[in-house]
Amino acid sequence: MSVRRLAAEQPDGFQFNPENRKWADAQLKKYPAGREQSAVLPLLWRAQEQCDGWLPEPAIRHVAEFLNMPYIRVYEVATFYTMFNLEPVGKYLVQVCKTTPCWLRGSDELERVCFEEIGSPESISSDGNFTWRQVECLGACVNAPIVQINADFHEDLNSQSFRALLSKLRAGETVTAGSHVGRHASEPVEIEKSANANEKSANEEQETLQFKKPE
Amino acid sequence: MSDAKQINLVIDGTEVSVDPGTTLLQACEIAGREIPRFCYHDRLSIAGNCRMCLVEVEKMPKPVASCALPVADGMVVHTKTPSVHKARKGVMEFLLINHPLDCPICDQGGECDLQDQAVAYGTDGSRFAENKRAVEDKYIGPLIKTVMTRCIHCTRCVRFSCEVAGTPELGATGRGEDMEITTYLEHAMTSELSGNVIDLCPVGALTSKPYAFTARSWELEHTQSVDVMDALGSAIRVDTRGQEVMRILPRTFDAINEEWISDKSRFIWDGLKNQRLDKCYLRGKDNRLHPCGWEQAFEHIEANTRSVPPEKRAALVGDLACAESIAALGDLMRSMGTPNFDCREPHSPLGRNAKGERVSRGSYLFNSSIAGIDDADAILLIGADVRREAALLDARLRKNWRRNGTTIGVIASKASIPPRDYESVRLGEGASALQQLVNSTGKDAQRFRSLLDAAQRPMLILGQGALNRPDGAKIYDLALALAQQTGMLGTEWNGFNVLHTNAAQVAGLDLDFLPQQGGLDSAGIRKGITNGSIEWLYLLGVDAHLPQQNKNAFVIYQGSHGDAGAAFANVVLPAAAYTEKSATFINTEGRVQSAKRALFPPGDAREDWTILRKLSDVLGCRLPYDDAFALQQSMILQAPHFAERDRLAPLSDAEKPEPVHAEVSPQDDPFVSTVNDFHLSNVIARASAVMAQCSQLANKK
Repeated sequence: MSVRRLAAEQPDGFQFNPENRKWADAQLKKYPAGREQSAVLPLLWRAQEQCDGWLPEPAIRHVAEFLNMPYIRVYEVATFYTMFNLEPVGKYLVQVCKTTPCWLRGSDELERVCFEEIGSPESISSDGNFTWRQVECLGACVNAPIVQINADFHEDLNSQSFRALLSKLRAGETVTAGSHVGRHASEPVEIEKSANANEKSANEEQETLQFKKPE
Repeated sequence: MSDAKQINLVIDGTEVSVDPGTTLLQACEIAGREIPRFCYHDRLSIAGNCRMCLVEVEKMPKPVASCALPVADGMVVHTKTPSVHKARKGVMEFLLINHPLDCPICDQGGECDLQDQAVAYGTDGSRFAENKRAVEDKYIGPLIKTVMTRCIHCTRCVRFSCEVAGTPELGATGRGEDMEITTYLEHAMTSELSGNVIDLCPVGALTSKPYAFTARSWELEHTQSVDVMDALGSAIRVDTRGQEVMRILPRTFDAINEEWISDKSRFIWDGLKNQRLDKCYLRGKDNRLHPCGWEQAFEHIEANTRSVPPEKRAALVGDLACAESIAALGDLMRSMGTPNFDCREPHSPLGRNAKGERVSRGSYLFNSSIAGIDDADAILLIGADVRREAALLDARLRKNWRRNGTTIGVIASKASIPPRDYESVRLGEGASALQQLVNSTGKDAQRFRSLLDAAQRPMLILGQGALNRPDGAKIYDLALALAQQTGMLGTEWNGFNVLHTNAAQVAGLDLDFLPQQGGLDSAGIRKGITNGSIEWLYLLGVDAHLPQQNKNAFVIYQGSHGDAGAAFANVVLPAAAYTEKSATFINTEGRVQSAKRALFPPGDAREDWTILRKLSDVLGCRLPYDDAFALQQSMILQAPHFAERDRLAPLSDAEKPEPVHAEVSPQDDPFVSTVNDFHLSNVIARASAVMAQCSQLANKK
């Protein structure tokens, strides 16, 4: 975490588009009269989605006015939660989990790939496609290591599959979210199958298994 | 509260019994234990984030934050054990990790909670070898200086701006170590009470910008005084060094200002040094004012007075005059045989009924008392711009509204007096809405009327915006009729309140500084100046509503600052400002309070009543008092309540509000605010550079 500030360059204004506006009006009905400000998180999130993944200052004001809240209260929320991007991000926001399970399963590798393929963290890649950052536990440790790209989890990655994933995204191809070693959920990996698919991954898998043996 | 409901607990071996809902910290204070704290404040909500108030409670596994724990029966509390001390020491160590060691250059030094408590719980060195946090300073207006690295995140200022001031402008952005206190995009705070966050800040993060680096707290001499910027008479402390006011702070007085004061009261002091009249002035043949001595000024006055018959003489009193000077001027006018004097704004109906007879005292006071607002269960504001006319009253109304959800109705122009967050309903903009309430017609009015009827302690606040107009007397009568019909004038409860804006007003009314038999009133005197029927006018600090032109009157201005009044006068007599005299002021409730002299008036300026005493000598009608004590005795003879200081004596039956039986009919133009510019509403404020800056900022929006 570091100090979060609003972006230096901001758009002139912000309005929910008609579709989001309708959705936001419906959100308000979820809460009792006078408690509309409970909707601040979903509304900010929707505003961020509308602005290509970041939250400009006029959007903060728009949400505040929409919910009849003081600007500072919405500003507090937007700066508190790191899920709100106060600066523009690339088309794909790559969030690499670095918490212990993912780290044990090789997230350092994935981070290295990010440095090589995208550049320094929290900045937009030169082609405008990617922004990456390191995050804490994404809550899918069973399929570690995990990378979240926009709304999707990509699981069981290694440097090669991750690199391939990034180039597919760069090329505009469609990618499948979920496990990259063919797991349906978090059932045991068939070592043979994955070894054929990806030798290095299998080696790592075995290493881990060996590591487990002394127990 | 009955004893059965009391909660008994043991604190350090002493048994105490307290009301349920009391926090452990409050209970410890009742037991006489001092608990250190930073975030907890009696008048703000509980945050529980500084952790300094840790105490040990038996059967609880860890030390607990006493500010956030309600008492329970049978608790055994320890506040002085080694483990409590160690826990607090730990908290202090964490607080000091990121706090800079800049006390020698910090304005809070010497009156800093963190400094004081570090003496008790700090260590001699730090175990923290890493980099200290540094935070960018924020701009939050011309009054408050920020040094945000010093902030310990107690959030008192955030809670104050939201809860008391009602302007949720301050907030905490980011989180954890990166939390920062700021306003939205660093705009200046707009609250009239913003300066109080300086007192609330337990460290030197928020300090007074105009006071920055001018004095140290231990060099200052403190004088208890009374504020005159509005008619509330807030309790203040004037801090002086030598013959200079360095700053003004609030004193705690629960009946009026609790422990807050408005920004105008707090930051006015540079106005006491600028534009001061420190010599007498005479208007020469070149139509300019030339300095002169007292003797020369009095000779000139004498020469110009003799030829004017008493019925062509007149006197007016301004907004900052003390009771002593009003009494002396009143006695002088009476002894000269002049019926034309008035202490009111033009058209004000207060103090006299339609026949010109004196009305009871309760007719022009804030009868429920200011603290009484806390008890009211339905409130009607009539033409009162509470936020700008009496900012602390606004905080009181909000306090009641937040606690009890009281319905607060408003009758006033929406453009001139914009709605506040506590306003429940705008019943209308002018007299017709009031008439509807009295007659119980119209949907909104009927609903609100039934609320007033049902309320145990209904209250109305009648502002100057509804009174200072040609039909003011009729509006007064309507409001009083409503008060009578809705049971505001009970034996125990008197909810009929007049909110004054001038600190001098009630004293003037109490001392009957009002037109005598056949005399001209405030508006009449001003007209007389224009048409020439008044040939001699004494202005005691009057700078507002002066006539456009002066036909042939000889005008004497007595006051502290060179403003509109001095520019209008032929002779200017320099007088003391409110900090420079021991004087009496009566606030809008009718509470008699003494201001003590903090320093001497500059140059030739003198205390007001002594000038009038000397003038009476010159004019050959010597006033019968030679010292302030004798003058105060004569005031007590005129109005016995002057003997009772600070306390509010209950009104006798004869003093209850009475109608003025107005003969005018109400007009339908809306009630507008009497305050054009909060920051520039009197001569001292207009001489203050700080206030000018605030005003400029406020008007830009």
